[in-house]
This record gives sequence, structure tokens and C-alpha cells, in this order.
Amino acid sequence: MTTTEDPTTGTQEIGRDRRRKEDRRLITGRTRWTDNQALTGLLHIAVVRSPFAHANVNGIDTSAAKQVPGVVAVYTAADLGADQVQLPCAWPITKDMRSPQRPALAGSRVNFAGEGVAVVVARSAAIAKDAADQVEVDYEQLEPVLDMEDALKDGATLVHPELGTNSNAQWVFDSGEAGSGGDVTEAIRKAESDDDQIVVKRRFRQQRLVPVFMEPRSTVVDPSGEQLVMWSSTQVPHILKTMLALTLGMPEHKIRVIAPDVGGGFGGKIAVAPEEVLTLLVAQKLGKPVKWTETRSESLLTAHHGRDQIQDLTMSVTKDGQITGLDVKLLADMGAYLGLVGPGVPILGAFMFNAIYKIPAYRFDCTNVFTTKTLTDAYRGAGRPEATFGIERLMDEAALELGMEPMEFRKKNWIKHEEFPYTTVSTLTYDTGNYEAATEQAMQMFDYDGLRREQQERRQRGDVKQLGIGISTFTEMCGLAPSRVLGSLDYGAGGWETASIRMLPTGKAEVVVGVSPHGQGHETAFSQIVADQLGIGFDDVEILHGDTQSSYKGLDTYGSRSLVVGGIAIVKAAEKVIEKAKPIAAHMLEASEGDLEFSGGKFTVKGTDKGVGIADIALAVFAAHDYPEGIEPDIDAHATFDPENFSFPHGTHLCAVEVDTETGMVSLYKYVCVDDVGNVINPLIVEGQVHGGLAQGIAQALYEEAAYDDQGTLLSGTLVDYTLPSAADLISFETANTTTASTTNPLGVKGVGEAGTIASTPAVVNSVLDAIRHLGVKDIDMPTTPYRVWSAIQKASGTAGRGDEANIASPGAGLGSTASDISKGDTQGGHL
Amino acid sequence: MARIRTTVDGLVYEDDVEPRMLLVQYLRERLGKTGTVIGCDTSNCGACTVHLDGLSVKSCSVLAVQANGSEVLTIEGLERDGQLHPMQQAFHDNHALQCGYCTPGMIMQSIDLLGENPDPSEQEIREGIEGNLCRCTGYQNIVRAVQDAASKMKPGSSSAAESTSGAGAAQTVAGGGA
Repeated sequence: MTTTEDPTTGTQEIGRDRRRKEDRRLITGRTRWTDNQALTGLLHIAVVRSPFAHANVNGIDTSAAKQVPGVVAVYTAADLGADQVQLPCAWPITKDMRSPQRPALAGSRVNFAGEGVAVVVARSAAIAKDAADQVEVDYEQLEPVLDMEDALKDGATLVHPELGTNSNAQWVFDSGEAGSGGDVTEAIRKAESDDDQIVVKRRFRQQRLVPVFMEPRSTVVDPSGEQLVMWSSTQVPHILKTMLALTLGMPEHKIRVIAPDVGGGFGGKIAVAPEEVLTLLVAQKLGKPVKWTETRSESLLTAHHGRDQIQDLTMSVTKDGQITGLDVKLLADMGAYLGLVGPGVPILGAFMFNAIYKIPAYRFDCTNVFTTKTLTDAYRGAGRPEATFGIERLMDEAALELGMEPMEFRKKNWIKHEEFPYTTVSTLTYDTGNYEAATEQAMQMFDYDGLRREQQERRQRGDVKQLGIGISTFTEMCGLAPSRVLGSLDYGAGGWETASIRMLPTGKAEVVVGVSPHGQGHETAFSQIVADQLGIGFDDVEILHGDTQSSYKGLDTYGSRSLVVGGIAIVKAAEKVIEKAKPIAAHMLEASEGDLEFSGGKFTVKGTDKGVGIADIALAVFAAHDYPEGIEPDIDAHATFDPENFSFPHGTHLCAVEVDTETGMVSLYKYVCVDDVGNVINPLIVEGQVHGGLAQGIAQALYEEAAYDDQGTLLSGTLVDYTLPSAADLISFETANTTTASTTNPLGVKGVGEAGTIASTPAVVNSVLDAIRHLGVKDIDMPTTPYRVWSAIQKASGTAGRGDEANIASPGAGLGSTASDISKGDTQGGHL
Repeated sequence: MARIRTTVDGLVYEDDVEPRMLLVQYLRERLGKTGTVIGCDTSNCGACTVHLDGLSVKSCSVLAVQANGSEVLTIEGLERDGQLHPMQQAFHDNHALQCGYCTPGMIMQSIDLLGENPDPSEQEIREGIEGNLCRCTGYQNIVRAVQDAASKMKPGSSSAAESTSGAGAAQTVAGGGA
């Protein structure tokens, strides 16, 4: 018997910059995107969508569409029972939360522009789209509901009259009531009458964003077998399967969901989409395989959006810079319906507004509001970027009013490294961290003092291009989530994760995981973990995922949970494999179990050179000719890991921008971040996650906005108008890591998927304002497009120009990024 | 219907196509060349980038009939005898992809970029791939990969640059494809 030796035996896999296993098929085009599925007899569907934000549907004439050659069927909601479907929301944040029915197709009323009202089934996608244009819908327009504050006023038009209000729910955390801190109302009242304190109040706008995963969503359903098979471009195949069963009353064991190659998600594919349900209903009705693939415009219009909050923040602080209270009041736009976890997204921010700071009194009060817009749900960071932006902008504003250097003000208030573990005012216990170390390294890499000098020089000589420096010192809660905590927040499921290890007779391992990757590199990082745990080769591990037939149990991928929860489940499964192998090894070595130790893939008898490898044991149990009495001949293992706590990555991000004071153009000048994500499994993957996260956070600050006109028409409905940054818009970032290992899991990991996005947005906006504040500019809404920056400078200097004309031609700013300005001027119509 | 004859990744195909059919639809739906993907409907994203007679095009912006008589190279035709093209290798070596959806287009565009400018600066690379959007990587490692490939594809280096006509004797596949 031979064991398979890794050529790099002796080298620890964890910490190596392994090139990814996933790449080969992706760089050669041998991919398995859902839209690549070509089944015999496959039919295609196109959804007929409302051009109006709010309208009664008085009738639908499908006769012309049905005459188009190649059309198999045209269905309205009633034909499929699609108007009776209640798409799931898994997070009722309060007992009295108001939930509208969310159908798969609208019946008598549409509540956002883009909502489906009928579906065309045809031989080809092109025919289906052609015929969809032939469907005549009689709409009676209703008032749109667009502004959150107006929506909450008495007498406001109601999105869902049957709910009697546009308020979805109000969720409050009060540290005084919770006993985790003082009463913030009291703290602020006291500060107002205290000569040694100041009170800083600000309103910030978190604009609406679109996740824009590069692969448009697609679903294929084959109803022909005993188990109905759904391929879908989803982050959540397991949740989708269970939810389809619950939503449609189908037996769960008759559904198989496959997430094949999935081209990005960023939260945007955490959903049970109406179109997934529709595809299934049509496939069942016709008994034929059916495919739905969205166009990009359809995706921007109807796939869920993210962010969209109004933040009213009040901080009390002593004149020597000690925060005494923080009051947070939010309005969060849900859009027309509740997504899978939509109402809970802003609530995640409740735990993050206090951030890395010691705040003695805190209150968080969030009201979720319905409007006639596309629904909002998770987008990279989900609730935490919003909170981080709010607090990090406010820290700068408070420092400014105090006349303190913004980093000095932060240092004065953050939790010191010797104070961990630290229980915050919002009741989370941060296990480890070292904000001083990350900050020191970042300041050094950035040449903070040098750039401040350069800034001063440019100021003095009145340079057209002014330099701004922005800070963000952040933390986040990752590893969603301890099931008991989710229970206390009324979430509809747990937060555990599973893994199974199947030891094959030849010593290779198949590892089945419940998390579901879409670009993260799980196959590589998890192989590294398994290789170290079992002492087998990196290439001898196969990670299986994304198919509920092989991976029957899991809670999928979001909230930086795959490594911190899923990776630990793998560790636990590996420990069980070793535990199960031990009596067999003892039998094979004719030794007692107590004398064995396992290391480097081998059981050895202490004090001897006798040993047996895990592969030998795998073969021995396969043959099963000779094994101890009373145990099963099997060393496979399954584990479920439920974390006890979140993990808390943190970091210091420093951004320098140049602002052209004549054009308003903002250009990145330097970006440095030092992130502490705990122990690193694969530094290459970690760095890549940070880069991508930064790009998305920077894009929120500078480029992106899902903007609606005053009729509720999405203005940024194509990639021409929704400005994603290109390579030419970004620079090379300087990234590094400091490490304090997490103490809440055996790998000491913290998660990295969302860090860059969460941290970067306030750093960029702080830097933009820092560049032009001396010109009198106080604040600029995101995205800080050239038009907005230029207008702010003009306004501050009292020479406001005719901005409404300059608007669209503004370099680097898509129509979408300034569309709300345009719509106020009513110079642009919709362009669905 | 219009009859077209094209060479795609070294094989000759003849097909009747609707005049409105896009090249990317022809590649995906008729030839089964699903390595080339569609990411938008406004020619912004570049995910569908292929080479048409040696130059990069967004195959969503070319009609299939326009490719009549032409040679098309997709991501699937880049490997030679099981050897990755230096650009493919560089994308792997530099972790220049995450979800991989933009990757085929990004690789095809990057090869075209080096064809025009074998030794580009970072800024020239950034501007050269401006028409290709990536949502995962922040482009940094893509830039590194292109720099890496450029150094390996320089005249005199061991890796051979792309040769679209080097696919040997093309077979004719009438009615074409999967």
C-alpha cells in the first residue's frame, strides 16, 4: 500500500498563495453558466413588464402575441396562478411588521416599473421577446410613491392600500433599555446645556445602488424527471430549494436545485426571484424544459437594488474629543415589496454604527418604508457599509467642529488593543483586534504626513487640482451567523453551515460543502484547509458544491460566512474523519488508541517509527476485510458548525484624491488599506477580495446611482447610464494585512468578502470633501460626480452656474449618476 | 435567411442565419461556443469580445452576416496543443479572475491590446481594456496579468504570440456546430 504524497509535503497549505483550481475552465471558456444549458426541446420565456411605477392592470390582450410563429403560449398571472404566489421574506424584523403579498406576476396592480404582468413562451428567446412586445396591457396609472419622507406623511398615496400605511416596520435599539449603555436622549440633552460639550447633527444620504453581477440572472427548469431540476444563477441553491417547496406547496424532496458556474452575486443573487418561480410554473404547465435569461436592462430594472437610506445622525462629544452619545435615525427604502432578507438589511447596521468606538450611550431607530420602486435587499456589506459610511463621515464632521485632526479624534475614542475582548454598546463582543497596529502601518505606507504637506503646498499656491485626504477606520461583523442571535432577531432560519468529507479508496477526498461560491475561490481555499487537516495533497481534494443532490444541506454564501462558518464546518468534519480513523489505525498498527498521534496525514505510535497513513486507512475500510469489532467500516464524516459569535475584521483605509476645482472631476491619487482579517488561508485570494471590494465601495462614492425620475421610471436602466468603473477610472491600490487571530473559531479567521466595500466609501467621500472644504463646501451627496462637485464649489463661492445644462456631458459621470438632479429640473423623460 | 461561411477557432462552418442574428448569438446558440458570453445589451461590458480577422470586436455589436468570409477566434480557440496562451496563463498566475464571467472577453481584448502595443504602461493597459467591465477584481490583477503576459510575449521570449491563422488545415463543418 502506498500513500499519495504531496510533492510539497512538509509545507503547510494554509497561508500559501496557491493559484486557483477554478481558473482552468474559466480561462478556456469551458464554463457552465446557467444560460449555457441547452436541453432538447428547451423553450424560452420573456416577461412582459410594466413601464409604469404604479398602475391598475385593467386588461391584457394576448391574442396578437399568440399569433407570432414559434410562440407556444402566452400566460397572464391568473393563467398560472402567479398572482396568488407569495414570494418569501425570511426576516420579519418585528412582530407587527407589515408585509404585502409579493406575486410572481402582478394581477390587478403593478407596484414598480419593471414588474411582470405576463409571460411569453416560445421556441427561441428572440421570438419570445418579439412576441412580448405584441402583448397589449391596459394600464390605469396611479400616483407613484417615491420620496420616503412624503410616503410616511398623513394622506400619502399608499403603495399597498391594504396595509393602511407605507411603513413596513420600525426597529429600535436603545442602549439605556438594553442595559448596555446610557440613555442617549439624556446624554444629548445634557451635552446641549454643557459648555464643555458640542452636539453634531448631520443628515447623510445613502443612494440606491445596483449589485450588477456580470452574469445576468438565468434559470432553467426541467420538469421531466421524478425530481424537478432547476438550474439557477443563484447564491442560495439550498435556501431556494426549501423556499420553492414552502412557497409553491411542492414536496421538497421532489426539487433539485443546481447553482452551476455563477458569475458574481454580491448579494444580488440572494433571492427567490419571481422569474425563478415563473420558469418553474411554466415548465410544470407545459411539461417541457424552460429557460429564462434576463437582459442587462431587465437586470438593472428588476433584480433587487441595495442601500437607499436617509441617515439622521446626532453625536454628543466633549470639547476634548470624547464621544458621549450617538443617536441614529434611519429611513430605509424597501421598494415595492420585501425581498428574502430585505427588511433585515438596515437592521444589521444597528450593530455597526458604534463601529470601533467606545460610545457610552446609543440609540438606533430605523423605519423601513415602501415606495413604488424596485425592491432593495442585500448588496455587498448589507447594512454595514451604510452604518460605516454614516459613522466615519460623522467622525470627520465632529473632528472638524472640534478642530481636531480626524485621526487623532478617532484614536481618542477607539477600543485599545489591550481592551479586547470588548463588549460594545450594541451588545456585540469583539474578540480581537488591533486598531493601532493597522493604522500605524497604513499611515506609514500612505506617507500620511507627506501627503498632508503636499496638500498644504497645493492650497498655498492655489493649485487648480486640490488634494484631499480621507480616513476610514472600520470594523464589520462577519460570519453570519450564530443561530441563537438570528433567532433573537426573528430571522427565519439558522446560521450554521455543513460539510461532509468522503474518503475515497485511493486516498483522495471529496468534500461536500453547504456554501455556494460564485467567484470567491472556495475550491482552492477549502482544498488548502482539508490538505492541512488530513495531511493529504492539495490536488487530492475535490470540493463539491452548488447541487442539492450532492450537497443536500447548507445555508449558502453571503455575509462573509463561507470561510468563517463553512470553513470551520470542514475543520470539524476533518476532525471527525480522524476520530473515526483512529480505532482502525490502532487495529492496523496493533497498538492502543491512546498511544496514537495524528500528524502530517499519518497515525504513528508514540515513541516508535510505526505508522499508517490516512489513505491506507481509507483503502482498508473500503476493503473491509479486517477491522475492529463493533465499529462501522467507514471514515467518512459530516459536520454542522454553528458559530458562537460573529467575527470582526477591521482595518484602516486611507484615500487621497485630486479634485479639479474647475471641472469638479475627482481622480484617485493614492489608496492604502491595511486590513486585519485574522489568519489568512490564501493571501492571493484575500488580496483579490480586497481589490474588488474597494472598487465597489469607491464606485458608490464616485460613480454609481440607481436614479428614478418623478414618475418612478428608472433612469439608470442600462450600463450606458449606470456607471460602473472601468480599469481607467481606478488606480492600483496598496494593500496589506495585520493579523490578530480570531479566538472564536479554530482557524482564527475573520472573513474578507465585504471589507473593502464597507471601508472604502467614507474614505473616498471624506477625501473629496477634504480637498475642497476650504472653498466653503460642506457636503456633497454620493456619488460625488464632477457635476455635483463642481456645483458645490460654485454654490459655495456664490457663483452658481447653469448646472442643469452642464450635467449630462460631465466627464466620468453617467446620466444615472446625476439623474436625480436632472429629474428635479425635469429635463429628461424616462427611457424604458 | 442569409447563408454565411465563417471559420471559427479553426473550423469552417456554413449556416443559414437570420440577418438580424448577432455574431455572439450565432457563436452561442448555433455553434455551441458558450465560452463567449453576453453581459449587457448596450455594448458596454465587453464580455462577448472575440477576434474577427485578428482584431478584437464585441460580438454583440457585429451581425453574424458581417462575419461571412471571416475568421473568428474565441476564447475556446486560444489553446494550442493543450498549451494555454500566454495571456490565459498570465490571468491564472496573477489571479486576474474571480467569477470568471468577464474573463473570456478580457483575455481576448488584452491579446488585442498587446498586438497594438507590445509594451504598454499601466495607464495604457487600463485605457486599452476600458471597454471591458469586471465587477470582481477591481482590475488590479488584470493589469498585472497583462504586464506579465507582455513580458513573456516579447519577441525573443519563449512563449509564442497568438497566430490566428496557425490552426492548421481547417475542416469544413456544414450546417455547423452543436
